[in-house]
Amino acid sequence: MPDQAAAAVHTEGHNPALLHHFAEPEQQRDAASLGMWVFLATEVMFFGGLFCAYLIYRLKYFGDFGAASSTLNTALGATNTAVLICSSLTVVLAVWAAQTARRTLLITSLILTLILGFAFLGIKGIEYHDKFVEHHVPGPSFSFENEPIPGHPGQFANPNHAQIYFALYFIMTGLHAVHMIVGIGIFVWLLALAWKGRLTPEYHTPVEIGGLYWHFVDIIWIYLFPLLYLIDKHK
Amino acid sequence: MSAHSTSSPLKTYFAIWATLLVATYVTYRVAFLDLGPFNAAVALIIATIKATLVALFFMHVWGSSDKMIKVVVIAALFFLFLLLSLSMADFGTRAWS
Repeated sequence: MPDQAAAAVHTEGHNPALLHHFAEPEQQRDAASLGMWVFLATEVMFFGGLFCAYLIYRLKYFGDFGAASSTLNTALGATNTAVLICSSLTVVLAVWAAQTARRTLLITSLILTLILGFAFLGIKGIEYHDKFVEHHVPGPSFSFENEPIPGHPGQFANPNHAQIYFALYFIMTGLHAVHMIVGIGIFVWLLALAWKGRLTPEYHTPVEIGGLYWHFVDIIWIYLFPLLYLIDKHK
Repeated sequence: MSAHSTSSPLKTYFAIWATLLVATYVTYRVAFLDLGPFNAAVALIIATIKATLVALFFMHVWGSSDKMIKVVVIAALFFLFLLLSLSMADFGTRAWS
């Protein structure tokens, strides 16, 4: 039965985007979507290991992590959070525009997403630059002397423990930034597809699953921001 | 996923976007209040609310006809729970910790 249905669809030449091994466009889209979700599940475990490492060292070197975190630029971190949330909005607008055949909105949304993605990486670059200048990058030139522990006047952070915080900071934000770069690559490709008119209400799977990936990267940052930037601010 | 809906989802998208921005502002301000041991808990609860909103409404888990997607989401969260809870059970019961 499925073969007949597939043959019927194909002989009509109705939907050139439908691949031969799928019975109908709905099934093809569900398969692609599910594939992206399974990939995102592996990404949860990928980042989960880092969050677990963070959790353990945060509990072990509580005050040192607070001292190290207080050297981050919270305003830039908060700005980047807002930038990513706005980019998630432009992504859902792009998906909706593709579903409803609004070409101008689709292309505008994709371009805005790319601009916000580059803005995020630019701000991240400024932050990394500051950390390099302050010798807060783990390695031979790392220096974290006489940094006070929040809430404990007269006590100073152990530089070795603070270095673990910065190692986690650079690995977690760095891995997130790599995901952002991949996401920008995906959205450049989507923009090319949209420009050629290949994303239609019948076939917009690429923008849909590319959007899933982008939102996931946003979710990771939603956790990174409070865990890395906002700890021990009240002390 | 939601192609069959007749009403425009734009209102939902903008409402979620505004909520996420407000929640970001709230989490930023709350970080400066002294809540004793609850600062981290409140920050993580707000982050989880934001992540849930993104998953449900931007990633269309809400209203998705595909049950397999919900299975994958729950499986991912379950294995993350296993990873964190068993690691913390080990860490928390060691003599040196």
